[in-house]
Amino acid sequence: MRREIPLAITFLIGIFMLVDFFVPHHVVSSSAEEMKQWGTIIIAASILLGVGNLIRVHFHKIRRRREGWGYSITTLAIMAIMFAFGGPWGTIEEGSAFNWMFLNMQVPLQSTMFSLLAFFIASAAYRAFRLRSAEASLLLIAAIIVMLGRVPLGQLMTRSWPEAVQLPNMTEVIMAYPNMAAFRGILMGAALGVMAMGLRIILGIERSYLGGEK
Amino acid sequence: MSWAEKVLKVDRRWIFLAIGIAVTIPFFLPLGLPVITTPPVQSLYDAVDELEPNAAPLLLSIDYAPATLPELEPMSMAILRHCFEKDVDVVVMTLHPAGYGLAERAVLNAAEEYDVTYGEDFAFLGFQPGVSAVILGMGINIRNVFPEDAYGTPLDELPLMQGVRNYDDIPLVISLAGWSAAEAWVYFAYQPYRQTVGAGVTAVMATDFYPYLNAGQLVGLLGGMRGAAEYEGLVQHPDQGTRGMDSQSVIHLLIIVLIAIGNTAYFMARRAKAPSGGGVS
Repeated sequence: MRREIPLAITFLIGIFMLVDFFVPHHVVSSSAEEMKQWGTIIIAASILLGVGNLIRVHFHKIRRRREGWGYSITTLAIMAIMFAFGGPWGTIEEGSAFNWMFLNMQVPLQSTMFSLLAFFIASAAYRAFRLRSAEASLLLIAAIIVMLGRVPLGQLMTRSWPEAVQLPNMTEVIMAYPNMAAFRGILMGAALGVMAMGLRIILGIERSYLGGEK
Repeated sequence: MSWAEKVLKVDRRWIFLAIGIAVTIPFFLPLGLPVITTPPVQSLYDAVDELEPNAAPLLLSIDYAPATLPELEPMSMAILRHCFEKDVDVVVMTLHPAGYGLAERAVLNAAEEYDVTYGEDFAFLGFQPGVSAVILGMGINIRNVFPEDAYGTPLDELPLMQGVRNYDDIPLVISLAGWSAAEAWVYFAYQPYRQTVGAGVTAVMATDFYPYLNAGQLVGLLGGMRGAAEYEGLVQHPDQGTRGMDSQSVIHLLIIVLIAIGNTAYFMARRAKAPSGGGVS
């Protein structure tokens, strides 16, 4: 019954939400609206679940001295500090310790981590972007046009050229046609996949979300 | 070891150093390169520019986290300045748990530059978890999802929110996101409610959004720091985005030069290794 009841709930709610999409009757739509609000509440509650799970995972890692357990101590300590300051003195008040730590510690640290990508991308491009085949050459030429066309330097370099072959215009053409066509194909494939997965979940074929299966 | 092989095996820390210098110098010695406006940015600007002053508000969803802040915060500042300059009312919210402080900072910083009043000209709703549920819920009634603003004031007590019930009363939503939130606005606000949606995303994400732009599901698109710089140019308020374009120009050029050097060395090394008279294999 531990599996059958969740599967039945999933089936009934899933089918009902599908019915709501096709049946514009106010009884159906008002019930569906109510359920959407339940969804918001459940998602809010799941954040607490996430915090609990984070503590559990890192606590086990520390207790068993698994690789990188020192980082787990840091994670839990920082979380405890943020809780300690955020609880009594609030999180949103201007000048509060929580807000100060967020803006002056988390923001620059995360921005720095993301900025490191520029260094690694440059190094990777130097080592891996080779004209080994016709496809790679095509990709490289498109990349160079887009890289230059996306910055003012590209505009400056080609401003005396005919308008159609100025780098910013060529970049827009690449983005709006070949790139867009390829992404549209990917999106359609992904959408079909999502629909198939949705049906599998509603019909109880896909059960991994219930957990407990190896 | 030949010259080409030495070049191919160069310590990557030299590349890091070159990138570091190339990023930093333009901040101290600005090149002042001009930024031209591309159609997706112009479309978004026009959509904001056409909004009625002191009428139905624009909904700005600042859905970015600190990691993507350098690219996306210039966009939020430029859009907020545009609205405040034109007396367009703005409602700000976030779908990202780490976006709360950043959204608040952006709207308060922009508001400081203009003669605008909280509750009358702009409001901050804060954060609600559950991306799709929030967007869908707001289509029914914003008060179901955000009964109060971020500071605990019921929405009915904010003059700005009088008569604003759902997307029927919001002419334009703009999502600035470094993750899939902007797509969620297309899926759950445009598709079921036909809400006009615009987006600002990181440069690497911009390519993913052209299908939505082409299909008319997005009214306009700002892509990366370049998009922010273009918007700053349109509102005639150059700031972080415009400043960053010089660095980005130099970096892109440097990467192209590095690729050229890498390929030259690669082919020279291959030629040197090939049997004599055999050419490149």
